Parts: sequence; C-alpha cells; structure tokens
Amino acid sequence: MSHAFEVPTTNPAGAEEGALAPELLVRIYTAMLRSRCLEERLIRMNKQGDGFFWVGGPGEEAFNAALGLLVLKGQGPQFDYLHFHYRSTATLMTMGAEPVDVLRQMKNTATDPYSAGRNFCNHYSVRKWNVAPVSSPIEVQFSMAPGTAIANKRAGGRGITIVQGGDAGTAEGDFSTCLVWCSRPGDELPCLMLVTNNQWGISTPYAQQHSEKHIADRAKPFGIKSAVIDGNDPEVSYRELKKAMDYVRAERRPFLLEAMVSRLYGHSSASGANFVPEEVDCLVAFEKRLQDRKIMTRAEMDDLRAKYTQELLEASKRVRDEPQPRGESIWEHVFADRDLVHDSPDRDPEPTNGRH
Amino acid sequence: MATMVQAIRLALHVGEERHGVTDVFGQDVGPPLGGVFTQTQGLRTAWNTPLDERGIVGTAIGLALAGQRPVAEIQFCDYAFNVIDLFKLAGGICWSSAGDWNCPMVVMTPVGSGIRGSIYHSHSFDAQATRIPGWKIVMPSNPLDAYGLMLSAVVDPNPVMFLMPKALLRSKAGPRERIPGEPDDDRALSRMIDAPLGDRSRWRPDWPDVKDAFVPIGQARTCREGRHVSVITYGRTVPVAMEAAAQAEKDGVDVEVIDLRSLCPYDWDAVKASVRKTNRVLFLNEDTEVTNFGEHLLRRTVEELFYELYAPPRLLAGAHVPGIGLADALEKASVPQAEKVAAVVRELAGHEA
Repeated sequence: MSHAFEVPTTNPAGAEEGALAPELLVRIYTAMLRSRCLEERLIRMNKQGDGFFWVGGPGEEAFNAALGLLVLKGQGPQFDYLHFHYRSTATLMTMGAEPVDVLRQMKNTATDPYSAGRNFCNHYSVRKWNVAPVSSPIEVQFSMAPGTAIANKRAGGRGITIVQGGDAGTAEGDFSTCLVWCSRPGDELPCLMLVTNNQWGISTPYAQQHSEKHIADRAKPFGIKSAVIDGNDPEVSYRELKKAMDYVRAERRPFLLEAMVSRLYGHSSASGANFVPEEVDCLVAFEKRLQDRKIMTRAEMDDLRAKYTQELLEASKRVRDEPQPRGESIWEHVFADRDLVHDSPDRDPEPTNGRH
Repeated sequence: MATMVQAIRLALHVGEERHGVTDVFGQDVGPPLGGVFTQTQGLRTAWNTPLDERGIVGTAIGLALAGQRPVAEIQFCDYAFNVIDLFKLAGGICWSSAGDWNCPMVVMTPVGSGIRGSIYHSHSFDAQATRIPGWKIVMPSNPLDAYGLMLSAVVDPNPVMFLMPKALLRSKAGPRERIPGEPDDDRALSRMIDAPLGDRSRWRPDWPDVKDAFVPIGQARTCREGRHVSVITYGRTVPVAMEAAAQAEKDGVDVEVIDLRSLCPYDWDAVKASVRKTNRVLFLNEDTEVTNFGEHLLRRTVEELFYELYAPPRLLAGAHVPGIGLADALEKASVPQAEKVAAVVRELAGHEA
C-alpha cells in the first residue's frame, strides 16, 4: 500500500521557482544513482551471505544527495557537524565517501574505516568531515546535536550542526530535547533538524501512532521556523535545504525541515529487504524528468547504471578477500590514548589501555 | 582546610583557567545557585540548563566531539538512570569508531546516602557506572583527592564519571592536607570563594592561587596500614572503614584500609599487595549488594589469590531493596554501619593462618 501524505502542493512562500542548472541536476542524479547501486549491492551481499545485516536508505536518495552537495565539509567547528542516521548513504556518497568502504563495513572487514568490523553497514564515522559516529539507537543524535551547535556558534563562522532522523524516532524525548535546547531564549543554536518521513517505524505506520498532522508543526511553539517538503523531488529538496541552511548559517538559529520520502526496500534485511513497488521511486521519477528536459538520454543513464553496478560488483569481490578483524582487537580503542578532537597537542595525558 | 565541595570548586576553577574546561553545566549549576551543594559557585563557565538529563549528557557528548571541554552535572545520580544509554554511547564512541573519535567529557554527580535523602536522593551509582565500559570512574573520599581527581578528569581524553559522595561534601581535609596555595585560614577561604546568602548579582569570587596537584586515575591510596585484615573500599565508606578500624584496634585487630579512589581503571596491584599481606579481606561499599562492584573484586580475589586467603573473603554492601527509607533506622539498616564493619573485621581476624 502507498501512504497518502500531505505535502504543500505549492512551494512555501518565498521559494524560488524554476529548475536547477542542468550540470547540477546531473551531479545530483549521478550521486543518487551511485548510492542506489551501492544499496542494491549491499542488499545482494547480505542475501548471498557476505554480511550479517543490511539497513540503509534506498528511497531517501533525492533528499540525501541534495543534502550532501550543500554540506560545508571539513573538520572542526568552522564546518558543519553531521549527526546522521543509517539511511544517510547518499549524503555520504555525495560528500565523497568511497562506496567500497561501505562494502567493507557490510562484510565487517578489518579494513572497514568506519568501525573496523564492529558495526552494521551504513553506520559511518568520519572525523575529518565532522561526521559523528552513527549509532543504531534511534534519535540519540538529537540530544547530542545541541553540543556541536554550541561549538559552531562559538566558532563564529558559517558552520552549523545538521541532525537527521526518521519520523518514528520523533516520538522519543530526544527530539523534544533538541527543540528545547536549540531555542533557549538568547541562546538559540545554529542547528538544522531534518526529519525524513517515510511514514513507517519498522512495521508500524506513522498514522497509527501520531496525531500531529506534520512533525514540522512541533517547531511552532518553540518559535522555530519549519517547512514540509517533497523529499522525493531532488530539485525541491535542494532548493528548500539551501534556503533552510542559508537561514541557519546566517541567523544562527534552528530550523526544522520535514521531508516526505519513500522506503523502497523495507526497514532492513530483518524484514526481507525486498523492493516495494507501491512507493514513489525518486530515482525513476527523476530519470523521467531528465529525459523530458533532454538533459540525459535513457541510454546514457542505462550505461551509467551498468558501469556503477559492475564497479561495485568487482569491489565486493575484492572486499571478500580482505582480512577479518582479529579477536584480540576487541581490546583496542576501549580508551583513547590521546585527544583527537582538540587541536592543541599539549593536552595529551598519559597513554592508557582498555585492560585493568 | 577546604571542604570537599570547595575542593571540587577550586579544581573546576583551575580546570577553566589552565586546563581548557569550556563548560560547567547542568540544572541549577550556573548563577545564582551554583549547584545544590554549592560545588559550582562563582565559576566563569558555569551555566544553567533545562531540567533534562538526556539533554545535559547529550549536549556534553556533542561539546566533547566538537573539541570543547565539558563538565556536565546530573543533580543527583538518582536522576541519571534515564541517561544510561547515552552513557553507553559516550563510552562507546572511541571503540565503535575504531579510534576515529574520542569523547573527552566529565559527568559529575552526587551519590549515596547520609543526608537523610530518602528514596530518590540516596541512590549509589558505582555498580551501574562500572557496568559501562569506556568510562573512567573516580570517587574521592576526601577534599585533596577530590581536587586531584577532578584535575585528572578534566584533562583525560575519555569520558570520566566523577562520583561525589554527598555525605562527605562538607567534610574537611586533615590538617596536613591543604591544597597547594590554599589560604591557611578556613574562614578566609570561605570569604574568598563561598557565595554570600541573599543577593549574589554583584558577587565575584576571589580565587586563591592554587597549584596543580593531580591524583592519577587508577591509583589507590593506603589510608591506614595494618597486618590482620584488609578493607578495600572507596567514597563514603572510607571514613566508615576508618572508624571500624579504630573500634577493632581496641580488640587488638590491626586493620589496613585501602581507598581505591578509581573504580575504572582500578588499582588491582594495590588490592593484591594488601591481600597478600593480611590474607583476610573485606570489600566495602554502599551500593546494593547484588551484582555489586565489590563482588567483581571478590571474584577476582577468589580466582587469583585463593590459596593466600586465611578466611573466606567478605562483601559488605547496601541491602538489595528499591530505595533507602527516610527514617533513621531504615537508612542505618540499608547501608553498612561502622559497628557491623568492625564485627566482620573481628570475625575475619578470628580465622587463624
């Protein structure tokens, strides 16, 4: 079944009309396509026994790819801090992450740069880009976001904090925490709260548990600006994200953006990871638009898909031969032996290790 | 001689001025109150938060990841049970990311009984805290250790939990236990750094020029040397053990008291050396006794030191009941008292070699 949801049919007031430049659209498209091919490869790996579990973001590519293009990427509070969820694949790919690294995490190899074989796939951690470690508990990132946003505000630049989660997680108190802490009078924080609403919490429909018409409406009593957009449309997503980001960057105040998206392969491998044909496929819809506007031909898009599919297949074979972590490695990194998150090297205390 | 609460305040001040502490925050931590036990009065970076423990700990994690140096407070550990998953998250940031990130933050919280705090101001937290890997956990029993452990906590690159035994917060340091640079006159110190009653809007502290005196995390202290029985303890039960030792001494029992000071990492070498010396050991704390941290130490003692023991090792801890009742008799029946400790010590001493 498809879920009827209400998205404003016209752009919110002030939104600029018209299409994005063709070059930008091609960039967004290639990022979306590459992400989709990656997710399909991950799902296949899982089904073939090359990985224990799959969870990811097919259906969120339009919104997440647009987000990745707009991130102020770098390390430290002058840049954006990113608190993602495990459906943020397209954002990471657009930012320049290597797809093979996600395959490594799927295959839990020692070479997995995000967790060295410790975590599920799509649980990224990239300190050099301010990507906080993604964790499986839902919504905890919303209680951490005010902390990095305080640092952004102190740094005085244009860096902001971007925190993303799904619709079901907004029932957690951590979502309210973020609203309260980002809007304290006189201490408002540059935090962009993103809710990618796919209308599901695993098997439970949103409408059975939530009476609020839009999650974005919860921003209103806090004086936080908000919008609801069609997250399946990459052009709308790019424009509205840019507008929201420009506001947060310039005003140093929070914004809540709710993007209606699809969930094209169910919650995770636990629910089968099979394609759901009833939901809008943002990639298919965007391909039609690119064809209609004569920006790309069907053949070009098919060639590109074949190329990415082949590249990822080959990468997955390579990853299969990479080493698994050693059992004794569990004792590594229980404690940090130096301060990685601070610039000043003179704070390094004595090294410690994880054993008593 | 500073009280423990003054020592903590002085350490946080030194942390702000010399060791990069950027934020001391929590509910009622900023002015005008400066902490329900006065522990954060007058601090330059202290600020008030919403009544939201998840926000307090989550924000501390965010600040830490962004290169700040946060010290967050949970007003009473009784209210930290709804953030245990965030503690797990903070303790797992370095490990989960395979060393990509570290999370340098301090959480301080008052723990334990002794102020007639009834059901929800008397909980202990050491058993819970030691169940969460990735954290360093310290618990001082006197002002000088509180000062030095807090300094070590604020420079550590890992999350550190600073458990404050609330019954000892007003206790004074011994005569030779001044913080270096602390004024000789207690009343002078109070005039300098204790906020006045009434309107505090124009009050500013006059901080003494105290020096660094780090107490390394993971190092126990021998409070009293003895030959017959070892009592291994920490926090509020250290003075209880000392009192029990004085009682037992009248019966010719010579008790050694070891203050662990750090629960993670803990000083196993110190425990081992003491047990090897006395061959009789009591582990003592006031958290509830089922899956208690003392049980872990006792298990390790049995596994590693069994053939050196003259008597079955003992644990004295809190009664496994849901809370500590308000009435005097209820509190006394819930947590170990000196008389009981002395009785167990005498019993242990009665086992011949």
